[in-house]
Amino acid sequence: MTGFLAFIPRAVAQGIPLLFGCTGEIVTEKTGNLNLGLPGVMYVGAISGVIGSFFYENSVGAGDVNAALAVIIPLLCSLAGSLIMGLIYSFLVVTLRANQNVTGLAMTTFGVGFGNFFGGSLIKLSNADLPSISLSKTSAVFRTQLPFAKSLGIVGEIFFSYGFLAYVAIIIALTVAYILKKTRTGLNLRAVGENPGTADAAGINVTKYKYLATCIGCAIAGLGGLYYVMDYACGIWSNDAFGDRGWLAIALVIFTLWKADLGIFASILFGGLYILYLYIPTGMEHMELKELYKMIPYVVTLIVLIFTSMRARREDQPPQSLGMNYFREER
Amino acid sequence: MEPGTAAVSMRGISKSFDTKKANTGVDFDLYKGEIVSLLGENGSGKTTLMNMLAGIYFPDEGQIFVDGREVKISSPAQASQLGIGMVHQHFKLVDVFTAWENIVLGAEEKYDVPAAKAKIREICDLYGFVVDPDKKIYNMTVSEKQTVEIVKIIYRGAQILILDEPTAVLTPQECERLFEVMRNMKKDGKSIVIITHKLNEVMEISDRVVVLRQGQNAGQLETAKTSAQEMTDMMVGHAVTLDIERPEPVNPKKRLVISGINVTDAEGVKKVKNVSFYMNSGEILGIAGISGSGQKELLEAIAGIQKVDSGSVTYIDENGKETELIGMHPQDIRDLGVALSFVPEDRLGMGLVGNMDISENMMLRTFGESHKWFTDRDRPRKVAENVVDVLEVSTPGLDTPVRRLSGGNIQKILVGREISSDPKVLLTAYAVRGLDINSSYKIYDLINGQKKKGVAVLFVGEDLDVLMQISDKIMVLCDGEVSDIVDAQKVTKNDIGLLMTSMS
Repeated sequence: MTGFLAFIPRAVAQGIPLLFGCTGEIVTEKTGNLNLGLPGVMYVGAISGVIGSFFYENSVGAGDVNAALAVIIPLLCSLAGSLIMGLIYSFLVVTLRANQNVTGLAMTTFGVGFGNFFGGSLIKLSNADLPSISLSKTSAVFRTQLPFAKSLGIVGEIFFSYGFLAYVAIIIALTVAYILKKTRTGLNLRAVGENPGTADAAGINVTKYKYLATCIGCAIAGLGGLYYVMDYACGIWSNDAFGDRGWLAIALVIFTLWKADLGIFASILFGGLYILYLYIPTGMEHMELKELYKMIPYVVTLIVLIFTSMRARREDQPPQSLGMNYFREER
Repeated sequence: MEPGTAAVSMRGISKSFDTKKANTGVDFDLYKGEIVSLLGENGSGKTTLMNMLAGIYFPDEGQIFVDGREVKISSPAQASQLGIGMVHQHFKLVDVFTAWENIVLGAEEKYDVPAAKAKIREICDLYGFVVDPDKKIYNMTVSEKQTVEIVKIIYRGAQILILDEPTAVLTPQECERLFEVMRNMKKDGKSIVIITHKLNEVMEISDRVVVLRQGQNAGQLETAKTSAQEMTDMMVGHAVTLDIERPEPVNPKKRLVISGINVTDAEGVKKVKNVSFYMNSGEILGIAGISGSGQKELLEAIAGIQKVDSGSVTYIDENGKETELIGMHPQDIRDLGVALSFVPEDRLGMGLVGNMDISENMMLRTFGESHKWFTDRDRPRKVAENVVDVLEVSTPGLDTPVRRLSGGNIQKILVGREISSDPKVLLTAYAVRGLDINSSYKIYDLINGQKKKGVAVLFVGEDLDVLMQISDKIMVLCDGEVSDIVDAQKVTKNDIGLLMTSMS
């Protein structure tokens, strides 16, 4: 039992980047933009934060970092990086009406390449022995826990042992769920994703909604990248370490049936499934089993897809215009 | 008349799309508390003119006055602020939303759900609408969706309502209810424009008729002082006979016997329930029913495209030889001479390929017939020339992709192709869907021509008046079952309407 309880904080820490990505992608997809560039966006979000933090840490040299600046600089850099990715995607897809799938995949390739290029450059600059950058001072600030967390034992461990970004992720997910369900903005946004022609006729600015939702969605997703480097990876950047978390976040969107509040539990579940293979003893002679265990999150998503398409409840289907660009009828 | 006195005045409105002129110098007036019918053939620019009032298009030339003030309407939102609302032919509703969500969508007011629902109920009580605010659109019938659309524009405070062919999809009873609501709105001082093809409706509901021809004013008439004949002549520009001929069937013989057909669709819904009937050569069997009552599935079952749970379809040729069609390949059924032309709502969905040109679309039917290495392109081209010629298809050329043509022309090509295949049994569904009077009558003539040649014709139609005039017998479908098969010359429209909605 204690083994399982100790597993929970690991699953949560693993799940938070997914939660950011999933929430961001839900906001984007609800307006009908299928952003397959999400892995690239999260990657750029991460490296942008790393760049900001790297130069800040270098500028203070051996001295102590200012806690506020150590958070704000990477945060702003990360937001700016992923926001620009969102803008590029929106411009291509909404304004120039490029194919969403092609654009998305190109953004992913671009984002990962961008990250690895600057990651590699920084590694060169830092003259490190290992092929990685260590931002331990910044990371320490990001990982600051609530002061009373330690004294609460197992409860503190499960609920209060994370850096502030983890709580931000949950607050954002709840806020997004509330806005989508209960406000006029949410109603308009969903209408744009379901039937942009109808939304347009009702006087809703479809282009504005698509741009804003995509950019905000990307900014949220980018924070997932930042959390991954600064908190989960303890401030150590090495190229390609982020792995396939971006794709997993897209799978999560389908898994949660486009419901942001469900994303909180689902991302923790996926986080757990993602690292489950580390906790199942396989022995040295059956290493191949580990690879099979790594497949679990994807298998679960497939099963959910099969079930939802069998039940065919209209509310559980993807936004109707997802993946399609909107042309105002020119007759 | 001075523009100042009308609720809406349009003066000298012109609009073109590329090189095609949709409206040229059109004047249009609408007064408070009146219902005006806007009448015209396909492509006469009715919908375009109204779209400019609703803010969908912006006129190239001309002025629009609302309550005597000149206005520029550049978006639907702006039109709605001016109190103008339009119900389009294709409903603009979000399927997964409830009625109230659709109604408040885009309205500029505080987001207060109970207040919104209360206001919706108030509107319903005032004019006699029946709407459940919490019902999802995808669970609604066409008539309910239309009601939501109308409530939506009234909710936004519309004083001027534009309805684009509102009755095309309704049963006679539903039409009656719609007209009742329209009269209530009129009493309340609202002005209504109704775009329609159906002359009897014009006579029944409107105070005034404005007729457009080729994008220009052809004149206006007071409904009380005019007749269907006068309106048609004005619309077409020359005298037309409005009677559809019904030649006596010559030597009818059983050609197709359908017995006990059951069809279940992909979602597991029973669409056709134990349907039995027979078709005679040289006769037209009309099928009436609310759309979605199993017409499509029945026709497809006969043509071999739709899987059948049970039942049989027997084809009897001139020599009395019987062939069972169930289980045969659609291609073989077609080779026997059973032709299907189904015109779906979007027209292109079945039978034609939008990106291919006219003669290539003709080829789709015949490419299997030649057994050479290369396809025969000459024959389809001749067929295409013939169809274009006989049906007066307006097209830049035979090489134009079909999707670039207007809906009516696309339809002529589809029906023309099926008829030119020289069938023994012709199954047509919605052959005149959305077509104007002139083209419709051309199609009726073609179908009657087939009848005279001894073809057994199945005619699925929407317009009951036409159905009663052209058919020899009418089979009424209700929810996949045969309500009755009646003699078209003895039945009344009201009887059919009742048969369509209830099992009697």
